[in-house]
Amino acid sequence: MAEYLVDIKNERLSFFTPAGEVKALNDVSIQLKEGEVLGIVGESGSGKSVTAYSLMGLTAHPGKLLGGELHFNGHQIEKMTDKEMRKIRGNEISIIFQDPMTSLNPVYTIGNQITEVIKLHTDKDSKQAKARAKELLELVGINEPDKRLKQYPHELSGGMRQRVMIAIALACEPKLLIADEPTTALDVTIQAQILELMMELKDKLGMAIIMITHDLGVVASMCERIAVMYAGRIVEYGTTDDIFYHPKHQYTKGLIRSIPRLDTKEHERLIPIEGTPVDLLNPPEGCPFAPRCDAAMKICLREMPPVSAFGDVHYTQCWLNQKEEFEKGASHE
Amino acid sequence: MSEHLIEIEHLRQYFPAGGFGKHKKFVRAVEDVSFYIDKGETLGLVGESGCGKTTTGRTMLRLYEPTGGRFTFDGDVVFDVEKKQYADMLPYRKRMQIVFQDPYASLDPRMTVGDIVGEAIDVHKLAANKEERFERIISILERVGLNSEHANRYPHEFSGGQRQRVGIARALAVHPEFIVCDEPISALDVSIQAQVINMFEDLQEKMGLTYLFIAHDLSAVKHISNRIGVMYLGRMVELADSYELIDRPLHPYTKSLISAIPIADPKQARASQRIVLEGDVPSPLNPPSGCAFRTRCPYADERCAAQVPEWREVEKGHFSACHHIDKCN
Repeated sequence: MAEYLVDIKNERLSFFTPAGEVKALNDVSIQLKEGEVLGIVGESGSGKSVTAYSLMGLTAHPGKLLGGELHFNGHQIEKMTDKEMRKIRGNEISIIFQDPMTSLNPVYTIGNQITEVIKLHTDKDSKQAKARAKELLELVGINEPDKRLKQYPHELSGGMRQRVMIAIALACEPKLLIADEPTTALDVTIQAQILELMMELKDKLGMAIIMITHDLGVVASMCERIAVMYAGRIVEYGTTDDIFYHPKHQYTKGLIRSIPRLDTKEHERLIPIEGTPVDLLNPPEGCPFAPRCDAAMKICLREMPPVSAFGDVHYTQCWLNQKEEFEKGASHE
Repeated sequence: MSEHLIEIEHLRQYFPAGGFGKHKKFVRAVEDVSFYIDKGETLGLVGESGCGKTTTGRTMLRLYEPTGGRFTFDGDVVFDVEKKQYADMLPYRKRMQIVFQDPYASLDPRMTVGDIVGEAIDVHKLAANKEERFERIISILERVGLNSEHANRYPHEFSGGQRQRVGIARALAVHPEFIVCDEPISALDVSIQAQVINMFEDLQEKMGLTYLFIAHDLSAVKHISNRIGVMYLGRMVELADSYELIDRPLHPYTKSLISAIPIADPKQARASQRIVLEGDVPSPLNPPSGCAFRTRCPYADERCAAQVPEWREVEKGHFSACHHIDKCN
């Protein structure tokens, strides 16, 4: 068991809303070793944030875990009580949220918010906690830390606030950092700064990162492994090179084709994925991507495809791969 | 007199930001911006948040009262602040339209999609009777990939991509010649963005539209635009043909902006050297003296602090405002 830091097995999670059951996660499995960076990409509503939040026990009512196992660093998350959860949250596992403008408390100073975490999880007194907070601000590249500790979030720019969020997340040197679209609300030049900082800190502190984003560019430069999610399922999983150079699922292929590139020399028309994202209240039968897939077959609309694996870490769920394998097998005989 | 459809000269837009009398302060949102757009062309406008790109678009449509500058549309003066010449906007509203960024906030939740599109038809009296009005609405909805069944629905019944289509249909209802597209794709999912970009291109081809395409995503802007202007802190710092701008940027800001974009190709991403800019964009309330970019620029010297760099045509059609253009090459 100790082989993986994170080992999620066949997780199923639904939100029971007044409009009906929303199946947010269907059979999601993720493995992550210590010090690895995993990217989860997908559209809004594909379940990428929910996967990560469930690891922290943040999917409270009306969310309900319906099945599966969540192992993290020797803990079994789904069996833990709130009290036990509180001990590892912010301590062994931390999160940075998308919007640094709203995730800091506006009525407390920066110093107050950083020392809160330190005092909660260690036996440091106020003075030691403050010294640690200063150290953390220096670590995330904020100059004049003494002055910043006394300031309120509104006095800082977006990039600075995200650095403070990272400082809070790193306060107890967690084993796993979950970054939920950490740069989506920031400008590109600031995004480059924050991504660089995260990679530096990863090397320094040796933590694992789960990077949730919709930006394929961000995962290409940061992650070792990528999980592509669609409608609450991991439709393809593999190393970064597998996903970008040998995509096997029609959705992954479509996603990579549809982004405009900076290095084209002539005007090429974009190839979009037609249709609209899945309505999770009424997911289609069979493969959820089938209604938008240009290679959909009859069986795709009826049955969920089984997993086809390519090598150790690369796997996907698509009938086309099953068909290819079958045809290959037939020609050998 | 001029062959350009749109001509903007020395556009300025200041917003009051507190203080009284002598001490009155202004945010210089747009400062001395000049450009032209030809008929059927797309000019992209990129920059970080707060650089004045949206304000430029809105001031052109007189959604804000311009503080200074001159705007001529198809040879006629729309406004000329120095000469105190202001044209009646109503006829121009029929020729110039805008598509807003947020398809969730820019549509009235209490109006049906048919009425949202039809409102412009009523204001400009483009339909003689109810049947004609309805037919017009349907034909516009079909043009953006929706159908007659959608006309009686309310905005909340649509997905983000569909709402943006409604926003575009609303702009197209009066058959404009020029559309300001203000970040029309940034609120949409990646797989939907390509659909909307393709639709903008199709509409341009079929209806001969001219676009000012405002966005912060340089890859998307490069894809759709013929030429691109880069703004920083209220000023235009560079303007060139889009391929030329990406291949041979002549301003250090453009250069770092291009290198900051994460490349969706792992091998290239590993190989490339990023120029990571230090620090944040200065406050527009209190911009640095001289060149606005000097606080983050690797080439900055005393001259940059003393003198605002001149906006000049370095090569044919390639404008830049920098004292150190030779170092960028």
